[in-house]
Amino acid sequence: MKPTDQTPPPAASFWNDTGRSGITAWLFSTDHKRIGLLYFFSVFGFFLVGVVLGLLLRIELMAPGRTIMGPQTYNALFTVHGVVMVFLFIIPGFQGSFGNLIMPIQIGARDVAFPRLNLFSWWLYMGGAAIILTSLFTGGGPPDTGWTFYLPFSSRTGTNVSLAVFGVFIVGFSSIATGVNFVTTIHRLRAEGMTWGRLPLFVWSLYATAWVQILATPILGITLVLIIAERLLGTGLFDPSRGGDPLMYQHLFWIYSHPAVYIMILPAMGVISDIIPVFARKPIFGYKMIAFSSLAIAAAGSLVWGHHMFTSGMSDTAILVFSFLTFVVAIPSAIKVFNWVSTLYRGSISLEAPMLFSLSFILLFSIGGLTGLIQGAAATDIHVHDTQFVVGHFHYVIFGGSGFAFFAAMHYWLPKFYGRRYAEKPAIIAWALMFVGFNILYFSMIVLGLEGMPRRYYDYLPEFAPLNLLSTIGSWILAAGLVLLLVNLFRGLRSGERVGSNPWGGATLEWSIPTPPPTENFEEEPVVSHGPYDFRGAGIP
Amino acid sequence: MDPNLYTTTRAVDPIFMLIFGISLVLLMGITATMVGFVIRYRRSRAPEPTSQVASNIWLEIVWTALPTIIVMGMFYYGWAGYLTLRNVPKDALEVTATARMWSWSFAYANGKTSPKLYVPVGKPVLVHLVSEDVIHGFYVPAFRVKRDVVPGMKNHVWFVADKPGSSDLFCSVYCGLGHSAMVSTVEAVPEAEFQSWLSHVEGEEKQGEGRELLEKNGCLGCHSLDGSRKVGPTFKGIWGRNVTVVTGGVERTITVDEAYVKRSIREPAADVVKGYPSVMPPYPALSDKDIEEIVDFFKELK
Ligand code: HEM
Ligand SMILES: [Cu+2]
Ligand SMILES: [Cu+2]
Repeated sequence: MKPTDQTPPPAASFWNDTGRSGITAWLFSTDHKRIGLLYFFSVFGFFLVGVVLGLLLRIELMAPGRTIMGPQTYNALFTVHGVVMVFLFIIPGFQGSFGNLIMPIQIGARDVAFPRLNLFSWWLYMGGAAIILTSLFTGGGPPDTGWTFYLPFSSRTGTNVSLAVFGVFIVGFSSIATGVNFVTTIHRLRAEGMTWGRLPLFVWSLYATAWVQILATPILGITLVLIIAERLLGTGLFDPSRGGDPLMYQHLFWIYSHPAVYIMILPAMGVISDIIPVFARKPIFGYKMIAFSSLAIAAAGSLVWGHHMFTSGMSDTAILVFSFLTFVVAIPSAIKVFNWVSTLYRGSISLEAPMLFSLSFILLFSIGGLTGLIQGAAATDIHVHDTQFVVGHFHYVIFGGSGFAFFAAMHYWLPKFYGRRYAEKPAIIAWALMFVGFNILYFSMIVLGLEGMPRRYYDYLPEFAPLNLLSTIGSWILAAGLVLLLVNLFRGLRSGERVGSNPWGGATLEWSIPTPPPTENFEEEPVVSHGPYDFRGAGIP
Repeated sequence: MDPNLYTTTRAVDPIFMLIFGISLVLLMGITATMVGFVIRYRRSRAPEPTSQVASNIWLEIVWTALPTIIVMGMFYYGWAGYLTLRNVPKDALEVTATARMWSWSFAYANGKTSPKLYVPVGKPVLVHLVSEDVIHGFYVPAFRVKRDVVPGMKNHVWFVADKPGSSDLFCSVYCGLGHSAMVSTVEAVPEAEFQSWLSHVEGEEKQGEGRELLEKNGCLGCHSLDGSRKVGPTFKGIWGRNVTVVTGGVERTITVDEAYVKRSIREPAADVVKGYPSVMPPYPALSDKDIEEIVDFFKELK
């Protein structure tokens, strides 16, 4: 993890924090930067696990019939892939890693409001993750329900659903604790002069996200407990033969899991809003609109969960209302896209790796959003619901969107903490491979869905074979790019060129302190006198 | 083919075109603007930014209002099209689709049942959806219709075929091991042909009652008759075969006889053929007489 060189980083850096020694100096550290790195390596490790599972799924789908695994294995793999990617990578991802690393510094604080709770969040997260992993190798084997755990199937299957669900339950508490911590921090610990109107947009997005975490996650907790009760006690709450209702489960599940989509995407939008101005040397266009639209998305987004149930048999009135609200939430997202693009106008644009990932975020997220319109409209959703179209759509949003923003953040912020950077050229080649591979992989799925291939299909009719093969080839190109990205980035962080305190010319506070940051972040309490994108005011040439 | 017939496909496809059309224009616009700015204002050409403008209220109003109008239009047409999918024509032919892990069975008013959904061309068909176990999904891509088959709930779906032919019918809601094998077809045939098929009372063109029982109960969803491997072992050559089964964790080899067939149907989890998952549900509704018929059929199936 640590950068290696003959000359050690400045003595004040958080790397040389004293107190405990060895590994415990990390595992029990309450420093937000160390916790941020713990989170980063944990979530990124799970991301890589998820990627390997995704690649295996694609190899199985390369040709009709059995390719490398049987149907039970396939069903378990897509379930574990979904659970790992959603609950162990992308939901805790931004808040835990870059939220922790960057947010306190960006608001001029020494740490988060509750440093020990912060450490406890990470432990809860790891504990939940350990339980989920245990569930794969014990009892009836890995769950085979899909990441949505729909009843009554999930109460009938003999696989280890209860333990996996319990692990997710624990991870949920970690998410709530982080949410409480961040809301408090942003309210209470802003430096002098750091008004709400001067908060970096990344902080605004974390703030909106934190509220979603606090308000929505308890509902997930209850829902998961009910699954366990259904399995272990046979409560029959969702079993029609005993007066229960299978649709009630779906409502409960999506009341959390739709807002969870905003836990995944809002911080990514925040990252993009911070990066684009720096590489265009221009203030973000429409700061207030972007900040406000984050809040609007968070609020309105909690009222649209029913769009996952248009075919379920839910009443037509409900479909009318949920379809309408879904289109309403589309508007603030569109506004953000226009604002990002306008920021480029008459700027001075430098296409370095963080910027390339950010600009491709805009495109991939737009494709994800526009395909979302097809699913928001009642008539067309009926055809594409539960098909590969949906799989393509949400990978565009959470992988092409959040995932690419995560890569942008890695290239943009990690050098700040390591004091060293990656090589530019391989980073650009990696980006190009990933961008091309990504589109081949998932655009094929979108078309397959339009042609009628359902999702969670281990096998398919011969007419779907050519596009499935193409999609699998895309996944290999994407994987090649990812390997290059990793090797280049981590080699650079260990032994690459040294960077100063402000390598990109940013105007937010993290660039005003030494690289790597000292343990206490600021030698003296900062007084903020300019906005986050006021490059002239920050004295940046 | 009747080009004036108002089918579900013709109700839904224009809405796809509308949304895709507008989306394409927007996507091209965003991409072109972005790429244009990047080329025009790249640092080698524009070493300094020439503007520090940070907002413009008129632009914000325009690009809030425009998407609002566009998405409200999409919402309206999407809803209108959906109503077509819900308004079942009065004269529709009624069929009941029963889904179980992992097969379909379609029952007609005169009691005839079939593993494929036969429908007359040009006549609307109303399908009542019944599930015997978990949630399944009735999905015919060619007609753009889909509806979940939820246990304990009365769902339905309608469509009309405008030309003869065969269309795929999928299970769209994940339902376990055989989900992707839960495939059937809609067979659209001319009205006269349909009537004669329908009145062809069961058992006339006898393939043997045993085989019909296998079809009706969905056994063939998981067991093939031609030797291929599906979710369960094939029935081909099953009679007298030596198989290795796992009984309570212990492997043993047995020979398929009547007692074994009966136990496999009544208590499928008792002896599980090695290499196959223990997922078959018990079928208490099959009488001893039915099982005899099935055994007779097995004896012939070499
Ligand atoms: C190389 C990267 C990836 C590949 C090749 C990949 C591939 C796939 C495939 C083939 C499926 C299953 C399709 C089906 O049978 O229905 C799937 C499902 C899924 N993927 Fe990915 N994926 C990747 C990355 C991601 C990422 C980054 C995320 C989220 C952050 C993600 C989230 C999901 C989810 C939630 C599902 C649904 C699982 C379910 O149906 O229960 N994937 N992916
Ligand atoms: Cu949703
Ligand atoms: Cu199914």
